[in-house]
Amino acid sequence: MGNRFKNAGHLVRVALLFAAGCVIFVVARGLFVPKTFGQYGHYRAAALDDIAARTPRFAGREVCETCHSEVADLKKTGAHAKVGCEACHGPLAKHAEDPASLVPKLPDTKVLCVECHEANSAKPVKFPQVVAKDHAGDTACNECHKPHKPGLNGDSK
Amino acid sequence: MNSTRREFLTKTTEYILLTGAATVAWEYVLAGKAEASPNYKTTDHWWGMIIDVEKCIGCGNCVRACSVENDVPEGYFRTWVERYFVPDVWDEQEVNPIVDSPDGAINGFPDVKRDRPGKSFFVPKLCNHCADSPCVQVCPVGATFVSPDGVVLVDDTYCLGCRYCVQACPYGCRFINPKTNTANKCTLCYHRITKGLTTACCEACPTAARQLGDLKNPKDPIHEFLRTHNVQVLKPHMATGSKTFYNGLDGSVR
Repeated sequence: MGNRFKNAGHLVRVALLFAAGCVIFVVARGLFVPKTFGQYGHYRAAALDDIAARTPRFAGREVCETCHSEVADLKKTGAHAKVGCEACHGPLAKHAEDPASLVPKLPDTKVLCVECHEANSAKPVKFPQVVAKDHAGDTACNECHKPHKPGLNGDSK
Repeated sequence: MNSTRREFLTKTTEYILLTGAATVAWEYVLAGKAEASPNYKTTDHWWGMIIDVEKCIGCGNCVRACSVENDVPEGYFRTWVERYFVPDVWDEQEVNPIVDSPDGAINGFPDVKRDRPGKSFFVPKLCNHCADSPCVQVCPVGATFVSPDGVVLVDDTYCLGCRYCVQACPYGCRFINPKTNTANKCTLCYHRITKGLTTACCEACPTAARQLGDLKNPKDPIHEFLRTHNVQVLKPHMATGSKTFYNGLDGSVR
């Protein structure tokens, strides 16, 4: 029995080398491949949490409406019912979190309203649009139209 | 036992080293982290978006909102709006409609007077969040992927910046972020939708021309919309499985 492996030293050395290679591969793989790689597919599953961890800048209209319910109620009756608060007032997640930390500026209607309502040949025909200069001259829009309910007096919209 | 002291010591050291290494390796192989946000289950959602071309007024609110929400570097866009002009009568050598998008429409569109008849309209564009995305297929390292809830995302820490995906996207939705030198794209506001909010562009759109939809939620209004409207996806011949559905899309839009 002993004689059979008398000259097998070189085979043992190769086998040991192979085994060492395997171990190095497994160890290196364990060290270099991120822990969650392959959990859902060929990518690092923890990346989902990394990407989801970002803080939103827009609070969302539901959050605004919890405090400013009187504005929300008024807005629901007008033509701007579907317009989100932050579409005009800008991103205000900070304000929603701590109202004192960031007090939003009142937008200038002369600048703000024309962003949507300035006439443009590519806009849908049904969309209310005017050439602001001809329509109002230098008058600010909110002197006639209240942004939260833009219809003129008596107008249901 | 007639092994020498030297042999005994070598063998023992070998055993200790090997078992130690194997344990370390095995720990890494077995490790896997549970989902971090407990109320959000990725398997319960399959996100898509509706874009109603007939409602888009080209105000650029979506582009501005996206830039702020996601710190998009100046001059690059994760979403943008295109203005199409399709002439009634095409010139002899004309093969494409006239398309413009000044600064991605981040400041809206100045009106253009055309001297010939035709139709003009706005088309908002963004990542189509394809189910069989070409950009994901070409990534050599697994840095970009379709998440279990159907959002095409980029792992910033894993991206090499090789630009394969930028070339592969048939919709031109990707760019290389000059600061990080990694691929960047619309995440469908993944940080918002996982918290129950809608995307920044949908939140800011004044005409509700954009609407986020969860295709796995049977109560989502997206199903009603898809049932009652003739929607299209961009470049359907490429079979990308796009999940951005356009209503009222003109045939000339590419």
